[in-house]
Amino acid sequence: MKEAVHIGKNPSAEPDLQDLMGSVALGDQQAFAGLYDVVAGPVIGVVRGVLRDQAQSEEVAQEVLVEVWRSAARYRRERGSVINWVLTLAHQRAVDRVRSVEASAAREHRAALLDHAPEYDEVTEQVEARLEREQVRRCLRTLTELQRQSVTLAYYRGLTYREVAESLALPLGTVKTRLRDGLIRLRDCLGVTA
Amino acid sequence: MSTVDLHTLTGAYALHALSDEERGAFERHAADCEACAREALELSETAARLGLAVSVSSPSALKSRVMRRITAVRQDSPRVVPLTRPPGGGIRARRLSRWALAACVAGVAAFGGTTVWQYERAQDASEQARRSERRTDAIAAVLAASDARTAGAELAGGARGTVVVSKSRDEAVFIASGMAAPPSGKVYQLWFDDGGTMRSAGLMDSHRTAEAVLLEGAVDGASGMGITVEPAGGSAEPTSDPVALMTFPA
Ligand SMILES: [Zn+2]
Repeated sequence: MKEAVHIGKNPSAEPDLQDLMGSVALGDQQAFAGLYDVVAGPVIGVVRGVLRDQAQSEEVAQEVLVEVWRSAARYRRERGSVINWVLTLAHQRAVDRVRSVEASAAREHRAALLDHAPEYDEVTEQVEARLEREQVRRCLRTLTELQRQSVTLAYYRGLTYREVAESLALPLGTVKTRLRDGLIRLRDCLGVTA
Repeated sequence: MSTVDLHTLTGAYALHALSDEERGAFERHAADCEACAREALELSETAARLGLAVSVSSPSALKSRVMRRITAVRQDSPRVVPLTRPPGGGIRARRLSRWALAACVAGVAAFGGTTVWQYERAQDASEQARRSERRTDAIAAVLAASDARTAGAELAGGARGTVVVSKSRDEAVFIASGMAAPPSGKVYQLWFDDGGTMRSAGLMDSHRTAEAVLLEGAVDGASGMGITVEPAGGSAEPTSDPVALMTFPA
């Protein structure tokens, strides 16, 4: 016999994320457990990509997830999707951590990292969201090499556009443009509209 | 920085690739520039898709820790949140409405992937995993098809259904979220709608309220699909009125 598989604790109540957020904002811990199941995987993936350190990644991911609980009432749907709100927080916190560490000490380590542009496959080594990954992979292939490198260095490694320019030996203006037109091409390929 | 320069910062802003000063300058600009605010939001949503693509399985110990932590964390009160934009607090833009599919797929992907397998304790878990993986591959192929078309519908009881059809593959995927469990001893059966004649397209897993299913068989010109409640094992033809009917996207 196969065990019943449920989303969260209550299989008959998997509402959409907007509704979950509404309940979370009102202090519903069970709703938060449901939201957690959807967002934790991407949060950890994003944070780990930027921090490249297991222990630090878990610590930051935990901070982010607790912050989602704490500040759920600040979420406004007119400012975008729930997943975007959560992942924006995750990416920002990971980047903040990297940059604060950087400011205090590890410049050399960082510079070593810059020598080596990550391959998308390397970033997605342990990815399990297969469906999303297929779509994103297909769309990343439609970018030019410079667009793809700029976007992935900035997002998956958390580099500033100045650091991207440095590591790819490109003028600042070029990188700004590549980040923008690369994301626009991705947006259109993925069918993201506002 | 000139206004022209600021317009080009939407991408770097969405990727958190600006310095603090530049970010502040961009946000001040975007507060009055609808085009930039909108583009920044769209590109931010796009970046979130990059994030979804690197999802990993979350360690169960982390979930326990987080669930314990939140019991001791006081939440921000909705009442103290200003209704207008707080200084430096990001960008407003018009409501996004097209989240449906991505959210569905994200939830289902996370769920239909390893999470399910972790809970399967059956002896043939690996064979199940292989079968499940082949199904997932087939589903992914439909979703990633260049001619994939999507239609969504609200179903009974607040559930949501999304159907994705690829003409070139002649296949369709149905994605459900929030469906009530079928009555005991019953299953949801999927049907292709051939101009009013129903052709079986397989069963849904009755244990799951969110699921992506590859419809069994070729679309073969079907105009839509339906769902009925049938006795366990399914029926040769529908024995009850459909609980949902959806028209395929043109
Ligand atoms: Zn502007």
